[in-house]
Amino acid sequence: MTQETLLNIALITWLAPLASFAIIIFFHKKIPRAGDWLGTSILFGALIASIVILFEKLNYYHDQTLQSVFTWVDFGIVPGIGAMQIQLGFMIDNVAAIMLVVVCIVSSLVHLFSIGYMHGDIRYGRYFAYLGLFTFSMFGIVLANNFFVMYVSWELVGLSSYLLIGHWFEKKSASDASKKAFIVNRIGDVGMFIGILILFAAFHTFSFDTIFGAMKSGQIPFGSEAWLTAAGILIFCGAIGKSAQFPLHVWLPDAMEGPTPVSALIHAATMVAAGVYLVTRTFAMMTADALMVIAYIGAFTAFISATIALAQNDIKKVLAYSTVSQLGYMVMGLGVGAYTAGFFHLTTHAMFKAGLFLGAGSVIYMMHHALHQANDHHTDAQDIRNMGGLKAKMPITFWTFLIYTLAISGIPLTSGFLSKDEILAGTLAFGTLNGGWHWIIPTIGFFVAGLTAFYMFRLVILTFFGEHKDHNRIEAIHESPRVMTIPLIIFAILSFFIFYSINPIQASSGWFYNAVVTPESVVPSAVAPANSVIFNEALHNMHGLAMLLSLTVAGIGILIAFATYYWKRINADSVANAPVLKWLYKFFLNKWYFDEFYQATFVKGTDAIASAYRWFDNNIIDGIVNGTAKWTIGITHGVKETWEEGKIGSIFYIIVFSLFSLFIGWQVAIGILPEAASIGTKIECGLIGLISAALSFFLFYVGVGGFDNKIIDGLVNLIAYLGGFFGLITRKLQTGRVQTYLAFVLFGILVFFMWFR
Amino acid sequence: MAFQFLGVGWLSWITFLPIIGMIIVLILPKNARNAIKWTAVGATFLQVVLAMLIYANFNYNLGGINSQEGMQFVEKFKWIDIKGLSWVGRLQVEYFLGVDGVSVPMVILTALISFIAVFASWNIDKALKGYMAMLLLLDTGMMGVFVALDFFLFYVFWEVMLLPMYFLIGIWGGPRREYAAIKFFLYTLAGSVLMLLAMLALYFSVTVVDPATGEKLHTFNMLAMMNPENFEPGSLLAGTGTYMRILAYLALFIGFAIKVPIFPFHTWLPDAHVEAPTAISVILAGVLLKMGTYGLIRISYPMFPELAEKYALPLAILALINIVYGALCAMAQKDFKKLIAYSSVSHMGIVLLGMAALNTQGMIGAVFQMFNHGTITAMLFLIVGVLYDRAHTRDLDEFGGLALTMPKYTGIMTIAFFAALGLPGLSGFVSEAFSFLGAFKVEKLRVITIASTLGIVLTAAYMLWTLQRVFLGKVNERWASLPDVNGREMFTLVPLAIIILVLGIYPSYMLDIMTSSINNLAGIIAKGSSLISVIP
Repeated sequence: MTQETLLNIALITWLAPLASFAIIIFFHKKIPRAGDWLGTSILFGALIASIVILFEKLNYYHDQTLQSVFTWVDFGIVPGIGAMQIQLGFMIDNVAAIMLVVVCIVSSLVHLFSIGYMHGDIRYGRYFAYLGLFTFSMFGIVLANNFFVMYVSWELVGLSSYLLIGHWFEKKSASDASKKAFIVNRIGDVGMFIGILILFAAFHTFSFDTIFGAMKSGQIPFGSEAWLTAAGILIFCGAIGKSAQFPLHVWLPDAMEGPTPVSALIHAATMVAAGVYLVTRTFAMMTADALMVIAYIGAFTAFISATIALAQNDIKKVLAYSTVSQLGYMVMGLGVGAYTAGFFHLTTHAMFKAGLFLGAGSVIYMMHHALHQANDHHTDAQDIRNMGGLKAKMPITFWTFLIYTLAISGIPLTSGFLSKDEILAGTLAFGTLNGGWHWIIPTIGFFVAGLTAFYMFRLVILTFFGEHKDHNRIEAIHESPRVMTIPLIIFAILSFFIFYSINPIQASSGWFYNAVVTPESVVPSAVAPANSVIFNEALHNMHGLAMLLSLTVAGIGILIAFATYYWKRINADSVANAPVLKWLYKFFLNKWYFDEFYQATFVKGTDAIASAYRWFDNNIIDGIVNGTAKWTIGITHGVKETWEEGKIGSIFYIIVFSLFSLFIGWQVAIGILPEAASIGTKIECGLIGLISAALSFFLFYVGVGGFDNKIIDGLVNLIAYLGGFFGLITRKLQTGRVQTYLAFVLFGILVFFMWFR
Repeated sequence: MAFQFLGVGWLSWITFLPIIGMIIVLILPKNARNAIKWTAVGATFLQVVLAMLIYANFNYNLGGINSQEGMQFVEKFKWIDIKGLSWVGRLQVEYFLGVDGVSVPMVILTALISFIAVFASWNIDKALKGYMAMLLLLDTGMMGVFVALDFFLFYVFWEVMLLPMYFLIGIWGGPRREYAAIKFFLYTLAGSVLMLLAMLALYFSVTVVDPATGEKLHTFNMLAMMNPENFEPGSLLAGTGTYMRILAYLALFIGFAIKVPIFPFHTWLPDAHVEAPTAISVILAGVLLKMGTYGLIRISYPMFPELAEKYALPLAILALINIVYGALCAMAQKDFKKLIAYSSVSHMGIVLLGMAALNTQGMIGAVFQMFNHGTITAMLFLIVGVLYDRAHTRDLDEFGGLALTMPKYTGIMTIAFFAALGLPGLSGFVSEAFSFLGAFKVEKLRVITIASTLGIVLTAAYMLWTLQRVFLGKVNERWASLPDVNGREMFTLVPLAIIILVLGIYPSYMLDIMTSSINNLAGIIAKGSSLISVIP
């Protein structure tokens, strides 16, 4: 296939889900089955297309980047810059082609699964429409060859995520969660936006190629390496939001309010991985400092969320925190410099995590079904403490779930083993290269690997093993329908090593590692991260050790899980209630109190400032505005008539005119004071000044209007009569009518004419 | 002359069509309600047709702004010519109309919004005849402001706008209509007086040679006022950066700032909006606010380029205050309409930020944002109107769950809300992004630009919160029987939604009109500000 054909296929693949969205959203009431078949078949078509693209790309254009651009906005000849255009477009490189396949696999299988899971939902049609919108936006992120399309798609996946989390918006918790997701993401996006501003201001383009090319030739934003680092970190802020990294990770667990297949697609496999994808895209422009920040944010996130996952009882919450933790892993991997490993883990994780969520969905679906039959509306269908013993009743769900769990725990023969190992080897390499305190990163890496194995097996044991809590309920539970189990089986198959590398313990010789090569850094060498050749060398040396260590910690984790929840050798409750651990348990159970902290500071703070501003606007600014009206009346009628107790306008009026009167008195006194005056003369002048001040204040008090009402009025009437000004000015000057003000203006025009002449 | 119809130029037609409509409306008997409405529809519809013709025949390559050759659809006649006037000498005012890349978007916007406003006024009961007459007069005033190139003419149109607006709010408004109307009137009048002052100062400083007689004449021609060579040496505003020029610039600025409105001159806006009937809010937010920023771009910038540069930073600071303060005030509102009114303050801040950049990207963003804000906010006010017509309350806390009972309404509203919060793919995002891009490019505005991005988050917060309070949640029994939007309402909303979507995806349909003019303007400012650096 020629490049053009491939690009055209990619373009059609990109736009087809948008068409599906448009058709279903407008016509879902008219087409049969609300259009689920349309969205699903389009996605399977896209899956085939994406596999073709990947195959062609790897076989015929392995080291090429295919691009297509067009001029979106032409600024013409800009003064000081010259011709300026904004070119947008898309590209296919190996990373994009792989990511495209990943998104297509997950999205198509989730479409399929949803046909079963969402059956009979009140907004069934709209659900499929939004899935289409999401897939379109996600393709945009994958295919973008510039920051602009990336940002646009970035926000659009945010929109689809908002719409899908709030799918059951009748529930307050769902609409709250969707709002929270959008706003928290926006905070990250603003950082990314500023990063893009820096790059555009410096290079007048959004294109990755052009920007990286300019950097490589030595140009950096505003000639400063600090700005370059800042740009990198700010762009990473987008990833912090979308990939739920600390400190913006709080939205993802709440996002589990959405339908479970959505959690699998958006909040586990693809959209949340977009942040990781963004870092791979911009990896070349990251300075050593920026990467250091990325590594630590990732490690910290992985650690926090793994500890939280230990204490959760909601099946989806456990998976959500495990997702956050794994995303932290990927980000950490990229941050330490293990570029390929980070992206590799994204790919493998997408498969087994989507599977985990769909498996959880299958369980929840059946729990709902059983609870519904038992007419039980109190028991939580998602609480693992209400489950147990599902192994026999739902064998496909169980076995596939077990495979995913082995993969996420990093057990050999699974895909997770390969990718996790590479990341851990990367952290060890990072430790050896940087030394000292930086060993904390590999330490966290291995510790989290142990925690992951533990809480995942806790989940499996509590859900599937043992006895079910309610014997009547278990009778009603059976395996989910085939549209739901087939996706589970496919994801389980894709969780084995064979698809990524022939060698089950070493991925670096497989096609994936050949295709995804660490890009050359384009930043000035003084701030560049460790050379990728040196780094990969160190990584390679650490590989065996990493494997050994990770297997050990995973084994320990699994063993403790079995000892606690299966063999019951350890009593979980008494551990949780032990003196120090009790506090720690509560801390983890309450998610480190992040939500409470944000609520008390940012949310409450913003609310308070907003209310304060409203008060300021209504009382101070409008007080002054209404006050000026009062002065105008006051000047004519005097304070005597317009004074209102306690009104800011009135007080303001008095203060201003008191000062003004004093000023007049001062001016009079200075004016009549002769040079070299005696004390007596000075006192005289002072007295005259005081009298003038008092007089003028009195004037204001009784009102200028009261004083010379007749005179001015008579004069104006005379002019009006002579000039015949529409007869408007013949009215009283102080009526407060619009006409009077107009007359003032006309009078003003005359005055100005005289003044400027 | 090309572009004529019945011997009269297109721009005159588009400006005075509503006057013709008004005369017909006034002739029609009071109870011929349908005839009155359809007359208004006819007049405004022909305006839209003319606006489309102007758009289609517009030459993208002409720079406009300061040269008559760069202006298009020009009409120029002597209007007032009085010789031997005491004090003044010969007073000459021209009837000078023309458009360039800055005014065409505004002309299109005005035609469109007026047309929609007529439909939004369909159910006015009280004195329909007077209402429509006022609406059409207002339309002429607005259109005139955007096509006039003679300062005197500009000022006349500016004032013509004022009275109908006063009556439209004062008679057809809500409970506090009189307070709101007089507040609007006084504020605007204060602004006009300052503008008048500056206009006269300019008039007496600028002379051009009358080609017929060879005598030197003062002129109100705006284009002549933009040429530094026309300033009479030793006159009030001659030179660059002088004290008097600063005064004149500030007078103009305050005059325009009140209209935008820029903090702290903004408090007329929420009151006027809350009290005004729906259609008038739509016009107010959709068109009238743009006159302030349009005035700055059309008049202040090219006539005082050195001061535009000098006061860019203060303008950006005001922009920041507008953006953040407006957004926070909006967040604290309980009245739906007031919330939208404050969101206007916030969004107009983005226009100001783009303008403060003084470069092509920023100013294109600003003018584009003017257009987009016009369409988006018009939609928002129409949406509030739809709800108020049915529920007779605007208290946000009383609603909930409308998404279940009014799905079409919710769909269209979602588009408007997301456009307002700057979702990519919708027009508001593009103009916001360009404004930020432009401002960030300028080193002294960088910190302010970064601070302004706070507005992006706050806008998302209050918009989504509002959406949640009104539309999501369980059905409130009280509103369960509210009917969904009807055909007429859809007819006002859907065209705006389509424009927002199309311009969001491919903004060049509008941007290509602007680029030449804005590049020219950026060049004028760059040249003007380089002059000031020469003078000590």
